Amino acid sequence: MIFKIEDVTVYFPYDNIYPEQYEYMVELKRALDAKGHCLLEMPTGTGKTIALLSLITSYRLSRPDSPIKLVYCTRTVHEMEKTLGELKLLHDYQVRHLGAQAMILAIGLSSRKNLCVNTKVLAAENRDSVDAACRKRTASWVRALSTENPNVELCDYFENYEKAADNALLPPGVYTLEDLRAFGKNRGWCPYFLARHMVQFANVIVYSYQYLLDPKVAGIISKELQKESVVVFDEAHNIDNVCIEALSVSVRRVTLEGANRNLNKIRQEIDRFKATDAGRLRAEYNRLVEGLALRGDLSGSDQWLANPALPHDILKEAVPGNIRRAEHFVHVLRRLLQYLGVRLDTENVEKESPVSFVSSLNSQAGIEQKTLKFCYDRLQSLMLTLEITDTDEFLPIQTVCDFATLVGTYARGFSIIIEPYDERMPHIPDPILQLSCHDASLAIKPVFDRFQSVVITSGTLSPIDLYPRLLSFTPVVSRSFKMSMTRDCICPMVLTRGSDQLPVSTKFDMRSDPGVVRNYGKLLVEMVSIVPDGVVCFFVSYSYMDGIIATWNETGILKEIMQQKLVFIETQDVVETTLALDNYRRACDCGRGAVFFSVARGKVAEGIDFDRHYGRLVVMYGVPFQYTLSKILRARLEYLHDTFQIKEGDFLTFDALRQAAQCVGRVIRSKADYGMMIFADKRYSRHDKRSKLPGWILSHLRDAHLNLSTDMAIHIAREFLRKMAQPYDKAGTMGRKTLLTQEDLEKMAETGVQDMAY
Amino acid sequence: MAGGQVEKRVKYKSSVKDPGTPGFLRIREGMLLFVPNDPKSDSKLKVLTQNIKSQKNTKEESNKPPWLNLTNKLGKSHIFEFENYPDMHACRDFITKALAKCEEEPNKSVVSTSSEQLSIKELELRFKLLRENSELQRLHKQFVESKVLTEDEFWATRKKLLGKDSIRKSKQQVGLKSMMVSGIKPSTDGRTNRVTFNLTPEIIFQIFAEKPAVRQAFINYVPSKMTEKDFWTKYFRAEYLYSTKNTAVAAAEAAEDEELAVFLKPDEILARETRQKIRRVDPTLDMEADQGDDYTHLMDHGIQRDGTMDVVEPQNDQFRRSLLQDLNRHAAVVLEGRSIDVESEDTRIVAEALTRVKQVSKADGETTKDANLERLERMSRLAGMEDLQAPQNFPLAPLSIKDPRDYFESQQGNVLNVPRGAKGLKRNVHEAYGLLKESILEIRATGLSDPLIRPEVSFEVFSSLTRTISTAKNIIGKNPRESFLDRLPKSTKDEVLHHWTSIQELLRHFWSSYPITTTYLHTKVGKLKDAMSNTYSKLEAMKESVQSDLRHQVSLLVRPMQQALDAAFQHYEADLQRRTAKSGGERPNGYV
Repeated sequence: MIFKIEDVTVYFPYDNIYPEQYEYMVELKRALDAKGHCLLEMPTGTGKTIALLSLITSYRLSRPDSPIKLVYCTRTVHEMEKTLGELKLLHDYQVRHLGAQAMILAIGLSSRKNLCVNTKVLAAENRDSVDAACRKRTASWVRALSTENPNVELCDYFENYEKAADNALLPPGVYTLEDLRAFGKNRGWCPYFLARHMVQFANVIVYSYQYLLDPKVAGIISKELQKESVVVFDEAHNIDNVCIEALSVSVRRVTLEGANRNLNKIRQEIDRFKATDAGRLRAEYNRLVEGLALRGDLSGSDQWLANPALPHDILKEAVPGNIRRAEHFVHVLRRLLQYLGVRLDTENVEKESPVSFVSSLNSQAGIEQKTLKFCYDRLQSLMLTLEITDTDEFLPIQTVCDFATLVGTYARGFSIIIEPYDERMPHIPDPILQLSCHDASLAIKPVFDRFQSVVITSGTLSPIDLYPRLLSFTPVVSRSFKMSMTRDCICPMVLTRGSDQLPVSTKFDMRSDPGVVRNYGKLLVEMVSIVPDGVVCFFVSYSYMDGIIATWNETGILKEIMQQKLVFIETQDVVETTLALDNYRRACDCGRGAVFFSVARGKVAEGIDFDRHYGRLVVMYGVPFQYTLSKILRARLEYLHDTFQIKEGDFLTFDALRQAAQCVGRVIRSKADYGMMIFADKRYSRHDKRSKLPGWILSHLRDAHLNLSTDMAIHIAREFLRKMAQPYDKAGTMGRKTLLTQEDLEKMAETGVQDMAY
Repeated sequence: MAGGQVEKRVKYKSSVKDPGTPGFLRIREGMLLFVPNDPKSDSKLKVLTQNIKSQKNTKEESNKPPWLNLTNKLGKSHIFEFENYPDMHACRDFITKALAKCEEEPNKSVVSTSSEQLSIKELELRFKLLRENSELQRLHKQFVESKVLTEDEFWATRKKLLGKDSIRKSKQQVGLKSMMVSGIKPSTDGRTNRVTFNLTPEIIFQIFAEKPAVRQAFINYVPSKMTEKDFWTKYFRAEYLYSTKNTAVAAAEAAEDEELAVFLKPDEILARETRQKIRRVDPTLDMEADQGDDYTHLMDHGIQRDGTMDVVEPQNDQFRRSLLQDLNRHAAVVLEGRSIDVESEDTRIVAEALTRVKQVSKADGETTKDANLERLERMSRLAGMEDLQAPQNFPLAPLSIKDPRDYFESQQGNVLNVPRGAKGLKRNVHEAYGLLKESILEIRATGLSDPLIRPEVSFEVFSSLTRTISTAKNIIGKNPRESFLDRLPKSTKDEVLHHWTSIQELLRHFWSSYPITTTYLHTKVGKLKDAMSNTYSKLEAMKESVQSDLRHQVSLLVRPMQQALDAAFQHYEADLQRRTAKSGGERPNGYV
């Protein structure tokens, strides 16, 4: 359908639209007009992504003189694929209606591992070895060497791409990673470098958060984006965590040992170069004196992970004198490693601020703050000079330099915590020195500064006023949308008691109680016998899930479950989990039905949808609180309390409930869909906990469903499923329109009624 | 009946003492031909299959050579000595089939004379249907062989089964039990520490399917290195070591015994399969791709110990295997179903067949682009939002319900546990029927609308339908979950069900014969009536024979059948009277 929002003609690829999607577009348009940031919460299952994409692309079409670029950030690669899939649909529609002028170039961007088509490179196990294998074939000095020595192996795809030079362009269209690979294979061009090159021409770029938030990556990939870009963080309820993760580093004993080995190797290389090619080292020295931007004069394929700190801060200054010479720099690093080794040898937990850490480092090892700050860049420069290709071997020393740079750059918002062992396993000595970031705004600040509009959106952003504080920005629009329901297609329940009427909870003192474990099991046994297709269960942690499944297996509960449905489980092995999920879906598709056991805060809870028949019921076992005894969490809570006056308990509850909401929210994707949600813990019946759930769940949580036992829940579930299986009127009844047609929208535009009753 | 012909090298003996003439035995559908190697020999033989009365063969276990002894209807026997047992089995199976066909011969002749000439293909299809469906076979035997119905009549009502769909529809894949292999509990004799495992072919199949390494080891070791028994003893020893979770002991034992180590090590074949499969996974699920993208996966980056991540005991120990992995693997195998069609007792054959199937599927995965295309198509379909666009027509899979009773029984719980508060809403059958009728009228008047039928109406009709269907059984049974039929002894239950189906069959033919226009129909109806009265008396007899405490319920069950039969009888009598009256009417009045 085609309609107008103020002066923008919106092309929307469906015949109908939800009223909240329309509202969402209106708000988004206001934010774009104001060239400001915005914060929008809209429940899952209301088509956020497509509303957002179609408004922004239509907005671009209506302003042909100043085309905006859309940078869409997702948390995971599969979400990226999903987004591009929807964009494809939209793009087809727009091209059908507008012809060639609607053509855009949209690409997904990922690492070499996901884009490479060279079978020899792909044979490597993980990301870093793929990166290294690629560099071994594409680095400029390797290619230079190959002109003399034909035995040096190069990558044909990269060579072809280089040969095509500026002619290597992607024709307009929407490219998923799969499409990029297919295109690259077809043309014989390297899809990875092609995609990287196309970033500056693309109208829409879809990639993961890290490409913007992690300065190491952002410096390389995202530096060429213009200010007139709209940056979207989708599913952004965890954005604060991503931000602090991006700036946190830890050092273990193995890191130090590896770093020492790396330094030995570097030392050898330096000696070798001195003997054979001393001019190179001298040239580097001269360059550093001038304080040149390290990246400017290097070709594309040689770029490394960039500086972890804010790039332009560093670029303006010259590299300090005491680390300009390669061997001096190696000495400095040796001293740093030695100092870190001593600090790791502690018996007690130590907590320190960066300032005091730097000053004691200065007094004991003689390394200044400014020197520290340049470590990362100096190392990158040195490694380029020494022509090191097997970068994955050099990860430990990079980590240490990363750490040094962060410590040297930030005086506040961080703390250094040294723990001799994990307190959950005190018998295993595992000393670790952690530099942990507490301030989420540090990593995201450059994004807010650089881009005209940043949109933060998710299904669960409540309380919505907390996010601007955590990320320290001022949104021009901040709104939470309700969901207009045609029928009560979600059925949240709070289960407080098991079939024997005893309370159930994952509270620390109750969680291993055999009665609770049995009650949880019985609940599932009963549920799988009445719920069709897919059932998903979330547990509070891996270890808890592991324990509870083992107990169920011993007591025969698992067998009873398996008589009804197949059982698939998320494990810590990602490959296995992916296959389990794939099988789970196939089991649901073929009607066999299955149960999926998963973990809140796990990978599955973060990004996999269990919509339609893939999930008719979600059971959330317990309240997914964080491990509150963790030193880092304590430090972060303290920081939040001091800086934002956010109470500890409030933050923990907020965090636990947003995770729970995230888990159960995956069950519904559109209004034609339906699903049940069971919160199986007595603590959910308390008002202070429950009220932190997002509004769209709360509004369906009836008072009668607040304190249920297993048998009552079974009964409600039966009724609900039977009711939902009946046909219904999709357009909504009794004057409440939940599905708008083209005419409805036109009528609204005429009468000027913006918010129709819903 | 593939090939239609079997040829084997044999020795022909006219008697047991005969040293035998070497030559070829050629068996076709209709006859059996022996051609001696020496063209001059006069022992050339030709036997028509119809003339074979029976066949006997020597057992493999006995030390005798593989002999097949055919007796013809005149009592003369022909003995063939084969080179090996498989040859003999092949021939024997072929002859058995041919013989079975011969028995059907009379019917075939009826068919060919009565109407159209049936193609071989159609005949084969009929045999296939009979083979697969024992109930049908029983009916066929009862009515066709006792000449109540002709072959043609019998199949005429089952055109649907013979339709094109059923030809194309492959045999339904046989599923696997959902029980875990690790759930096999050993039995103990109580006195010693000895435990005994009972392995069935089913369990062995499952072990092989779930653990390719065990399968491979079996092929490698049995019987060259160890006996099958030793093999399984070792296997369960390894399983026991796992269950103790004592990795140190496991490692120590594995170091000593290299065969045992095979079971304890991580499964390499499985790992390879996994790597293959991960490439074909739906990209919107592919979390593995994230690992290559997420920069926090870099060593020591991100937050390590803030309590969001779990403490993981070092997993690098190769002798550790988690229950979770086993569960996932098990479910995957069950989902795949029984991929091979080998019904063999021989473990080795099963193992080899499985390996072959895996290799084939692997080769498929590498070559086919279709799978990839389909995956992309699926993705684009899933990308859309279903209720914002016009409905899509998804391909429907035919539902194969073995026993519809199961469905209604499972629904009883829903109907009977009507909430206490919701009594007011409960309507009786008539009201529900009224509602349905009303909406049908409405559709007649206004045409189809969306939704086709109002949700309340469909809900009402559906509930009352399940209620009325299920109540009969519930009221009788004490436990609502247990149907009365299940409480009957099995033989009685089977008998009741069989009578029910045969009565249905008879009635169907009976009613479809009316109005009687030809003499053919007349005789048919007569035959049917006889068969029905026969069944009627059998029902009576059954009622008498059941135990007194069950008699009432059985008679309740039997009553509707008898009523149906009574109605048929009545109609028959009335029709007969009418016909005689009519034919009487033609005669002069006073003739009576």
